[in-house]
Amino acid sequence: MKLKTALLGAAAMAMTAPAAWAERGADGEVKLTFPQAVSILNPYLTDGTKDVLAAGFVIEPLASYDAEGNRVARLVTELPTVENGGISADLTSITWKLIPGLLWSDGTPVTAADVAFTAQYCMDPAGGCAQSAKFANIASVEAVDDLTAKVTFKGPQSNPFVAFVGGQTPILQKAQFEACLGAAAPTCTDQNSGPIGTGPFRVTGFTVNDTVQMEANPNYRDPAKPAFAKATIKGGGDAESSARAVMETGEFDYAWNTQIPPDSQAAMTAAGKGQFVVAFGTLVERIETNLTDPSPDLPEGERSTAKHPHPILTDVNVRLALSKAIDRNTLVEVGYGAGGQPTCNLVPAPAMFASDNTECLTQDLEGAKKLLEDTGWVDSDGDGIRDKDGKKLSLLYQTTVNPIRQDFQTLIKSWWNEIGVEVELKAIDPGVFFGGDAGSPDTFQKFYADVEMYANNFSGTDPEAYLAEHACDQAPSPENQWQGPNINRFCDPAYDALLKELTAATDPAKRAEIAIKLNDMLTKDSKVIIPLVHRGTLSAHSNALGGVAINAWDNEITNIADWYRVK
Amino acid sequence: MTDAPAAPAPRPRSQSRAIWDQFRTHKGALFGLIVLCLLVLFVVIGPLVWQPEKLRVAEALKVRNLGPSWRFPLGTDQLGRDMLYRMMQAGKVSLAVGFIAMMIAIVVGTTIGVLAGYFRRLDGPLMRLTDMFLALPLVPLLLVLVMLFRDRIAGYLGPEMGAFVLIVFAIGITSWMQAARIVRGEVLALREREYVLAARSIGAAPRRIIFRHILPNVISPVMVAATLGVAEAIITESVLSFLGLGFPPDFPTWGRLLNDGLQYMQLYPERMLWPGLAISLTVLAVNYIGDGLRDALDPRIRGR
Amino acid sequence: MLTFTLRRLLLAIPTLLFISLVIFLLVDLAPGSPMSEIPLTVPPEVRQKMIEAMGADQPVLVRYVLWLRQFFWVEPATLIDGWFGTSLAGGEQRILSWQTRSPVFTMIGQRIPQTITVVGTAYLLGVMIALPIGIYSAYRQYSLFDQAGTLFAMIGFSVPTFFTGTLLIIVFSVWLGWFPTKYDTTLSVTDWNSFVQQIRQMALPVLTLALANAAAISRYMRSSMLDNMGQDYVRTARAKGMSERTVVLKHVLRNSLIPVVTVIALGIPAIFGGAIITENLFGVNGIGAALILAIHANDLPTVQTLAFIFAVLIVVFNLIADILYGLLDPRIRYD
Repeated sequence: MKLKTALLGAAAMAMTAPAAWAERGADGEVKLTFPQAVSILNPYLTDGTKDVLAAGFVIEPLASYDAEGNRVARLVTELPTVENGGISADLTSITWKLIPGLLWSDGTPVTAADVAFTAQYCMDPAGGCAQSAKFANIASVEAVDDLTAKVTFKGPQSNPFVAFVGGQTPILQKAQFEACLGAAAPTCTDQNSGPIGTGPFRVTGFTVNDTVQMEANPNYRDPAKPAFAKATIKGGGDAESSARAVMETGEFDYAWNTQIPPDSQAAMTAAGKGQFVVAFGTLVERIETNLTDPSPDLPEGERSTAKHPHPILTDVNVRLALSKAIDRNTLVEVGYGAGGQPTCNLVPAPAMFASDNTECLTQDLEGAKKLLEDTGWVDSDGDGIRDKDGKKLSLLYQTTVNPIRQDFQTLIKSWWNEIGVEVELKAIDPGVFFGGDAGSPDTFQKFYADVEMYANNFSGTDPEAYLAEHACDQAPSPENQWQGPNINRFCDPAYDALLKELTAATDPAKRAEIAIKLNDMLTKDSKVIIPLVHRGTLSAHSNALGGVAINAWDNEITNIADWYRVK
Repeated sequence: MTDAPAAPAPRPRSQSRAIWDQFRTHKGALFGLIVLCLLVLFVVIGPLVWQPEKLRVAEALKVRNLGPSWRFPLGTDQLGRDMLYRMMQAGKVSLAVGFIAMMIAIVVGTTIGVLAGYFRRLDGPLMRLTDMFLALPLVPLLLVLVMLFRDRIAGYLGPEMGAFVLIVFAIGITSWMQAARIVRGEVLALREREYVLAARSIGAAPRRIIFRHILPNVISPVMVAATLGVAEAIITESVLSFLGLGFPPDFPTWGRLLNDGLQYMQLYPERMLWPGLAISLTVLAVNYIGDGLRDALDPRIRGR
Repeated sequence: MLTFTLRRLLLAIPTLLFISLVIFLLVDLAPGSPMSEIPLTVPPEVRQKMIEAMGADQPVLVRYVLWLRQFFWVEPATLIDGWFGTSLAGGEQRILSWQTRSPVFTMIGQRIPQTITVVGTAYLLGVMIALPIGIYSAYRQYSLFDQAGTLFAMIGFSVPTFFTGTLLIIVFSVWLGWFPTKYDTTLSVTDWNSFVQQIRQMALPVLTLALANAAAISRYMRSSMLDNMGQDYVRTARAKGMSERTVVLKHVLRNSLIPVVTVIALGIPAIFGGAIITENLFGVNGIGAALILAIHANDLPTVQTLAFIFAVLIVVFNLIADILYGLLDPRIRYD
């Protein structure tokens, strides 16, 4: 019976797969659920993934990334290149040509003035624009004519596709947002919760932190799309309940971000109502080592600063041994299932930037013990903990409160105990840990611990800015109110020099080569960063939903217009 | 209520004897006491008797998610840890936190309630203080407590003992308000009863009136509050660990086991059943003991 | 009693102002920042700019005074403007959430109906179950009914709502498929069908909460009844030949209500405060869910506003409880 239904389902799917003939709005309503509710629909005032994702149904950038990480034109006729004259030969400007006849959902035409206005909106210093880093290198954006927008940079850009590319920087309608510049930006509640866009849907109702209701945009550029007349995004609950609502009760068609234990993934898939899909971007769960001394005996303001090198973690052999002792395959199996892959890299993707470094994937407890033994870390007093020159291999290991992370902590602690390292665990409220409040001792930047575990990634496909976070002068310290991305306080002149080379390089192959070298300096060679798991976003969709192509390089859902109901 | 005629024998002994005699005849109370003793034995003696096999990680991972068996009487968890041993370890902390935090809450609550109800001048200020504590948002309050005190207390007492003191303190000072309001309401009414007026008119000191006439009469709502308080404290502890205020993450407590079991509820329901059962049994036992104690302390019933 | 009430209401004003200051300082002191939910890919300079645009970098007292002004002047003025079309508020900035950049009171307005229908119904149902159970349990102490009631109550409050809620979902939604697991807040009741749908989606959250509420209240009712059953006046009433019904429901019940009134009065503000875990579990967009989201996002204006409204309700309902004490037992006087 089961097999039969499955076969019938597959046959039906095969028959309806080319559903492109469908007419707009023929398939009724599509219901999505997010574990975190949508707070605002203007990506310029937030960078919360859930908000950017929902806004992507309504407002669109000029170009976006497809599921393979390639740039594709969206509101423009073609991607600008040096060859077609879209990018100036000296790489200081880029010219976008809008598709003629493009309309906003209110029926007015989209013009280059809207593009120029969007830049003005985000570049206003009083607006607190969350995407302003993407506009930082822009000198001006002008509307050459109604359909041509020219972006001029402050200097040559090896990667000019930053602003207006990807769901974080969509085009806003000038007429709607004109009164919302600068300090007025946050007060424009109606605009921020119901932007007018060019996307397949338009907002009909929005209850903050709860539900977004949308209907098909009557002026969408493809007259046959979207297949759904209505779309609803319900927020709240947790990954478990979202997954259940799709996979077991069938109340929803799609659930975003449903990372649940591997056993539950298997059990829910077995229910036969839906399936999990996963997209791997650049998110890596890692252990960061602290190269400075976090000892509480040091005076406040000197803890975890470059003044006091770490007594044991500055020894590269210790870091290498810690990494060798970890079995990354087991971690994935216990914590993530289909939602993760073991990795040894800080930059795990895109393929051209990923180092082929796999040496850490096999656990080597004996090798770790031997390495410590050989480099003088021996258990001289018989308490089961190795020491050297009176310094014990004893670590404080912190992370955020999260069931998977607590399981990881427990496993890694046991492995480290097996090689003679003493470990004390600590879990911190994520709001505090990531909050960056200079007054709290528990932020990840302050790093008042020996090692800490969390996940980080970069947006887009170019890792330059991400790798630049580990430059010497990026270390958090009391002087910069503990704001700085170089969490390890890593400082290597050779690394900084190589970074300069990367910035100067324009040839893609050369850039990739340098990026891989930088990645290896942090991971393979020194294990300053101990990568654990390359994490994907695990989402669930009902078997009755067709056309889903999950995307890791842009908004996870970039092709909502192509979704249809499997009948 | 009237004073029992003064007995010629040394009074404290005979009175406590009388209370015990009455308590003994209360079947529920005896049952509660026995269950509680068994639970205490389970968590204190248990870990000495039941030593789980020392498994290496690789071995433990082969026995993940097992159901009950002779080797693992309560099964194993998602990392292959013996649930029976974890239940024992967890119980030690949960019972201690539950009872001590409940005591703090009850003592503080009853004291404030009695003072506010009995002395009119104190009523206003004390009840406004209670209102304030009721109104404070719990999570920020706890986060501030952690930030200000965790490292300092841990410095004196070590991380585990420090966490224990902080947790008990945090639960205690955030859960006394209900007891205070209830006790005060009762005292307001008791204060105007004939026997209290009589005692006051013969010049009895307020202290004596409170201890002899007021307190014995508020014992039953206090007992209910105490019963509820134990359950609440055990559960609250697990909430605290969500905020990073609790014990180190590899340190089990019943509340935390219950939380951890949540995402495995459908696949391995026993993972939540054990801690849920343990907490319910504790509360049930406390409830029956409370019932018995209330009857035993009530001279009218004792006389019968 | 009237002078007492007036005096207490007047006294409540400085009390509440003080409480609001304490809450403000507390929330401000708590570690975390409004940027904690912004991804790490946003660089520190941009974060700083965003904080400045929110006004979150102003000194704490400046922000407190601004909040006072917004709460006590701008918001009421906006409300009046909305009713009568006046322009008292003069376009001044309302209390804006840092997280959603929308007015906090709009959000409260959207959420009050759900809170009242779900949490309010659950509380009412809880009280309605609890009182008869408590009364009958006490009247027939140690009977089978009493023992069953005790067991039910003990389990009711020793297992947290996240447990009962998830259990109910698994049994009634996943296995039996009777009820939805997610509350549809956009549903408007217009006809019989939508009414049935509303009842279906309310069933599980209401049941979860009602169980938890009933458990505690029934215990207080029972214990207080037991205290009074043995009193001399009960014996006197019975001796006078009054029916059991009159004795129990009129004399004993009335005298036993003081602790129950206290507990219920403490519970009503909690309806507004919502049921954080249950609301979150079932996706009911009530006030409780909003409060916890705001706390996690360190959204100070929202937390402060909700906590303050909560404080007002606590003060008011505790005052109501005090007045009820006087009505239940005329010997209690406050003057």
